[in-house]
Amino acid sequence: MAEIHNSSVKIPKIKFTKLFINGEFVDSVSGKTFETIDPRTEEKIADIAEGDKDDVDLAVKAARDAFDHGPWPRLSGSERGRIIMKFVDLVEEHVDEIAALDAIDAGKVFSHGKNREVPYGASVLRYYAGAADKIHGNTLKLSNQLQGYTLYEPIGVVGHIIPWNFPSGMFFFKTGPALAAGCTMVVKPAEQSPLSALLCAHLAKLAGVPDGVINVVTGYGPTAGAAISSHMDIDSVSFTGSTEVGRLVMQAAATSNLKSVSLELGGKSPLIIFDDVDVDSAVNLALMGGFANKGEYCVCSSRIFVQEGIYDEFVTKIARNSKGLTVGDPFHPATVQGPQADKAQYEKVLSYIEHGKRQGATLLTGGNPCGEKGYYIEPTIFTDVKDDMLIATDEIFGPVMCVIKFKTIEEAIARANSTRYGLAAGIATKDLNIANTVSRSIRAGIIWINCYLAFDADSPYGGYKMSGFGREFGMDGLYKYLQVKSVVTPVHNSPWL
Amino acid sequence: MAARRMSSLLSSSYASPLLRSLGRGSSISRFSTAAALEEPITPPVKVEYTKLLINGQFVDAASGKTFPTLDPRTGQLIANVAEGDIEDVNRAVSAARKAFDEGPWPRMTAYERSRILLRFADLVEQHADEIAALEAWDNGKPYEQATSDEIPLFIRLFRYYAGWADKIHGLTIQADGPHHVETLHEPIGVAGQIIPWNFPLLMYSWKVGPALACGNTVVLKTAEQTPLSALYVSKLFHEAGLPPGVLNIVSGYGPSAGAALASHMDVDKLAFTGSTETGKIVLGLAAKSNLKPVTLELGGKSPFIVCEDANVDEAVDLAHAALFYNQGQCCCAGSRTFVHERIYDEFIEKAKARALKRVVGDPFRKGVEQGPQVDSEQFDKILKYIRSGVDSGATLETGGQRFGSNGYYIQPTVFSNVQDDMLIAKDEIFGPVQSILKFKDTDEVIRRANASPFGLAAGVFTQNLDTANRMTRALKAGTVWVNCFDVFDAAIPFGGYKMSGHGREKGIYSLQNYLQIKAVVTRLKNPAWL
Repeated sequence: MAEIHNSSVKIPKIKFTKLFINGEFVDSVSGKTFETIDPRTEEKIADIAEGDKDDVDLAVKAARDAFDHGPWPRLSGSERGRIIMKFVDLVEEHVDEIAALDAIDAGKVFSHGKNREVPYGASVLRYYAGAADKIHGNTLKLSNQLQGYTLYEPIGVVGHIIPWNFPSGMFFFKTGPALAAGCTMVVKPAEQSPLSALLCAHLAKLAGVPDGVINVVTGYGPTAGAAISSHMDIDSVSFTGSTEVGRLVMQAAATSNLKSVSLELGGKSPLIIFDDVDVDSAVNLALMGGFANKGEYCVCSSRIFVQEGIYDEFVTKIARNSKGLTVGDPFHPATVQGPQADKAQYEKVLSYIEHGKRQGATLLTGGNPCGEKGYYIEPTIFTDVKDDMLIATDEIFGPVMCVIKFKTIEEAIARANSTRYGLAAGIATKDLNIANTVSRSIRAGIIWINCYLAFDADSPYGGYKMSGFGREFGMDGLYKYLQVKSVVTPVHNSPWL
Repeated sequence: MAARRMSSLLSSSYASPLLRSLGRGSSISRFSTAAALEEPITPPVKVEYTKLLINGQFVDAASGKTFPTLDPRTGQLIANVAEGDIEDVNRAVSAARKAFDEGPWPRMTAYERSRILLRFADLVEQHADEIAALEAWDNGKPYEQATSDEIPLFIRLFRYYAGWADKIHGLTIQADGPHHVETLHEPIGVAGQIIPWNFPLLMYSWKVGPALACGNTVVLKTAEQTPLSALYVSKLFHEAGLPPGVLNIVSGYGPSAGAALASHMDVDKLAFTGSTETGKIVLGLAAKSNLKPVTLELGGKSPFIVCEDANVDEAVDLAHAALFYNQGQCCCAGSRTFVHERIYDEFIEKAKARALKRVVGDPFRKGVEQGPQVDSEQFDKILKYIRSGVDSGATLETGGQRFGSNGYYIQPTVFSNVQDDMLIAKDEIFGPVQSILKFKDTDEVIRRANASPFGLAAGVFTQNLDTANRMTRALKAGTVWVNCFDVFDAAIPFGGYKMSGHGREKGIYSLQNYLQIKAVVTRLKNPAWL
């Protein structure tokens, strides 16, 4: 295990710990705070203002006022795009600080944040900056002496409830399209990882995003999160997190003002590896898909289906290669896996490992916590996994991979689909027909063929089934923040219809 | 701070930038005063680039020849510019071909391409003053208008297409039978582009922006009257990271360099903006050579229709701007001002008064609204049309003469009692000559407005919803502006009906000009659904 390692990167001073409402950092109405903990050391990083219903009310009021009376929705798309572009430039200037905050707050590997998550977030923001002036309605072909057109209008005040696994990335993914659409918003970061969102909100203000357009309320789900999803003056809520909480968000929306909801929830995504592949590259694909971000990844390939012809070779090689993954301090240059985000996650992952053992799966490698302190867990691989074992049905959200043997393409499809989730899937094959058949057959929002985690700003993704609904990224990710209005009027003596 | 900046953005966003610069008050000489033009003001820029830009290098013409580019304020030389001909076009096309077939430009990610376009826009913004000065000097347009209108529109257009680069979407298609069908929108290849002298920079942006965003390479021929600004900005483009050979600039004449480009066997796409006569030649050359697809944006005789319910003062101002902007050298100029008979007399009086107030003078002087025409040929042609107007019996309300005694300045000219069959009502004059025609009812004005071989644009000035709807649908023109004119945002497609051209530029539509569409059909075995 790589030891605590602070020499190469300066741990940033924590500048922002209060709620960000109407362009100002303010204490919570109650005056309460909560601790955010460094998962490397289990020690407190900072006391953060704890937002609750009253704070959400203030944030919504600011957002409502900014939407109803402020300049943001009244700017042209190109003017909004320019401000978003400035925001991205500032984000890039602060990449070290943002990545370091996520590393200490959520245990994320610093170099991944710096070289992958934040640059990808920047590309998404630039994508939506460029989309802000390309929101096109249609003119319509009506069946009477009428003419009509559609206007795509910003939906209004949006609530974003974001998780702790990609704290800054999710902030960009949610705010980017909503800003481009002309919405105003209240963001609730996860209580485990509130720091980077506060910094980014500050940067957005510096870039020229008007006060009240982005408000950040740090706090807990049952209090601040629930206040957002049940708020009567929020027009749409976008939630990324667990399927259980997604259900609560949707219920709250239903019992309050029927606000529109988009949910990006859990997954139990299959990676299906066929006999014709190069086994070494398939092993690397599986390790990347299964253990990226310490398995705290909704699209994690937590079920690896391997065809019987290469199964033994695959198992031998993945056992060997997984031992080469260095777990340790997120700032250590050798580290590829940091600690789990918090104690609850850590304990939950360990309990699933116990379930796996108890239910008779073979522990191929890993299975133990590691290090003296902090929430570190070894990359863990089970073989001989049956489809009905808990480790094969539940989202573990940790570095625990199930390797499952299959014989035929039909069997692989059926077993891959026999899950309540449908977020992502991977296919490894050289065969065109297999690739086409499987990609159309899997009920999931994104299919990666001979790649995994190949996210792109232009490529929408989201869930089938209980992985949620609505899409992030691409133009689809923008439309959910727009209302469609049809405008119809009689037309007299038109030379054509 | 932020809120203040925002509100200033807001207050300006309701008017087109093009019209905002018009009608500034000023105390300096107007055309009706007898004040002679003073010595020309020295432009605040040096001419640094006069050679052809081929494969990332400034090079002399193969022949070694140059041509003079002249200052329209005086007819004097600004600079001698390398004169491109067939051999230079061949060199430029072969650089563009190599850059397309082997270079990084079509192979880098769209996001990377968009970053280079954005960096270019930033550099142009940083050098806006020099670029605007070159533009004003070479073309004769007021420096303030180049600064406030053309440069911002140019920058905006490149930023707009930077945003398209990573959103060029084909379709997946459900066809009959067990097939997976998708369309790939691929860059078309080497684009040849020929641009005019009236908006050298803006035309550059309309052509180069979408072509490069789609991943093509380009050979651009500028107008011989105005070669300078394109060379300057293209230098900046390379500083922004554009690989060599992606954008090649050939200065020179139409019959030599232009024809070589239009008839080149290795140019995959041609886009031309200019006169209808030349457009016909260009289309013919494309047909005779390799059948390259052609986008044409040609002449116009656009109607500006002022209905009886219009606010006359506003209509007068807008009709004035619609015709006189850029010395009347706009393909979409509102050059037939149709005015309803009930407000006709009042309109004439006020249009005449507005023309009399128009500030003509050195383009580098503050407050000047109108500079010289671009060259002596245009100058002579316009004066000939003015004589024809008088001879055919139209009433010359004001103007009609050259302005001053030096350079190519012409007085803002207004004709009333213009009849449909007069030359000044039929031909594209491309000068500061407003023709006002009287009409009685909607059907009549639609019929008369459409009785033209052109169909580029139209303006409708009315508060009546039904009239507006009726006219917008009935007018045969590529753009109809209602209660506005010359709104040229990058997102709005522009192009002609009839002999005003083919295809549309700007907006999402211009992407189609620079993309090949490939249908990919793959047989499916055991598909889960179709």
